[in-house]
Amino acid sequence: MGCVYALVAAGLSLIFGLMELVNFAHGEFLMLAMYVAFFAWSLGGLDPVIGAPVAAAVLGAVGWLTYHGLIRRVLAAPMLAQIFATFGLGVFLRNGAQFAFGVDFLTVQDPWLAGRLSLGGLFLGLPQVGASLVALAAFLALYLFLSRSETGLALTATAQDRQAASLMGIDTQRMFALGWVIGGACVGVAGALLATFFYIYPDVGGPFALLAYVTVALGGFGNVPGTLAAGVVVGLVEALAGLLIPPAFKYSVVFALYLAVVLWRPQGLFGRF
Amino acid sequence: MRRAPAALLLLAVLAFPLVFARPFPRHVMIMIFLYGALATAWNILAGYCGQISLGHAVYFGIGAYTSTFLVREAALTPWLGMLVGAALAVVVSQAIGYPVFRLRGHYFAIATIGFGEIVQTLVLNWDLVGGARGLFVPIKRPDSLLNLQFHDSKAVYYYLALGLLALALGATRWIERSRRGYYFRAIREDQDAAASLGVRVAREKHAAMAVSAALTALGGTFWAQYVLFIDPESVFPLSLSILICLVAVMGGVGSLWGPLLGAVVLVPLSEGTRVLLGGTGKALDLLIYGALIMAIAVIQPAGLMGLMRQLRGRRAVAPRGEARRESAA
Repeated sequence: MGCVYALVAAGLSLIFGLMELVNFAHGEFLMLAMYVAFFAWSLGGLDPVIGAPVAAAVLGAVGWLTYHGLIRRVLAAPMLAQIFATFGLGVFLRNGAQFAFGVDFLTVQDPWLAGRLSLGGLFLGLPQVGASLVALAAFLALYLFLSRSETGLALTATAQDRQAASLMGIDTQRMFALGWVIGGACVGVAGALLATFFYIYPDVGGPFALLAYVTVALGGFGNVPGTLAAGVVVGLVEALAGLLIPPAFKYSVVFALYLAVVLWRPQGLFGRF
Repeated sequence: MRRAPAALLLLAVLAFPLVFARPFPRHVMIMIFLYGALATAWNILAGYCGQISLGHAVYFGIGAYTSTFLVREAALTPWLGMLVGAALAVVVSQAIGYPVFRLRGHYFAIATIGFGEIVQTLVLNWDLVGGARGLFVPIKRPDSLLNLQFHDSKAVYYYLALGLLALALGATRWIERSRRGYYFRAIREDQDAAASLGVRVAREKHAAMAVSAALTALGGTFWAQYVLFIDPESVFPLSLSILICLVAVMGGVGSLWGPLLGAVVLVPLSEGTRVLLGGTGKALDLLIYGALIMAIAVIQPAGLMGLMRQLRGRRAVAPRGEARRESAA
């Protein structure tokens, strides 16, 4: 689970690092991705694993639209107006989904990845293992893109210093849009993976988005490798807490962990202030 | 605000229940007052002191639960329960403030979300206070001010909510003009600069939080007595915390009348779309609501107060009070 959390959070972290803006519609992006994966399966007969690139493409487009339709217009506005805008988008998308798809829980039947894996007495759900592997691969691709390719470096430069980057001839507007596309694509892949073993309904994004915020803050805003580590930590803590104390409290433990960490490292585990 | 129109407006507000006897218009007005009061309370911490809390539902819930619990277990009048709830909210807010006030910006906001979620989970699983089933306020007849229950008419609720709003606005007004208010704004503008000038940042933040939490808890008790049923999903959710923030942001943060203005616009909007379009199970009302929020953020990021200021600025000379606030901001 941790790897999927991390991938959800990666998109959030990337966007934040780029433009210091928290996307409060992130959970709804995830929800959309799950619906895309579902319809790719029910209408196109594509298994979610194959559907993942489709979901990534669709969500990338959603990210692009969001940037050009909404975010670009509130870039200069105070932080509260930005929160307001993305929160409004979240409400809009969530209820749009309810309007279009209804409130019924949907599941993908008979995905390729099913059953479980037994490792010397340790049982692991095969969908979860597959999802983790794909998420890790996606993470690796993202990391390589950011640190090796020229466009990725330009993106990183924009995140570090907007003005300096634009003085170097980087089109920051394009980089912002690209950040949203990539952020959307990350959450698209994560959503498709999640669709293999989780119910799909309009409000599904909420808890995942909350965990993603914690993950991002834990890893340090804008720090992509930190996000992966933090995602794994969050996943592990959640699973262990579910074993040791009543499962109802497991999210509390995750939040308590975050609070404990920021007490001695206010910038998150791997962040810069 | 100029005297004569303000007095007229006040008179109209006071006379409203005499003219409109049907429950719905009164309900909308009560909700405006309640959300106006909550947003005003939030604004003291967020608007003046610059600490964007997304966990204010905690204090609302504490207010609602404390008074209801005491009514049920100790047959205590909600008036006293309200004070106990406010006191408890202050204690909790100070405890929460200790860790979270070390954080800034988004880290602070997310930490307050975290606390909100923790408290909601705890109450959800705490059988003594009803757990997920929630609590009913025991019905007492006949209507009485002592029991704070009115089944025949919403008129008294109307005036109570109005009183709550007046209290919140009065507190804000008082803080705005006091030395403390200047400390708060100094912290909002630049915490480090304020600290270097001798403002005791941590203490001032705790003070802002205490006032804000106490007022929010009063709102919680009022809500419990108004709907007579509370559960964790209705008084502790993150969506309530965010709604309080939205109302304030919509009107304009950091100003006295802004949060109320936000409530005046947002509450009828949500109640109206709910009544006209809700109940289809298609969530069309919330769909439109979300679209409107986005539109406002794009068109007028400074909230409605900003819009009014702009309009007034175009009409040549701005009144002195406004001009002063502009230069302070």
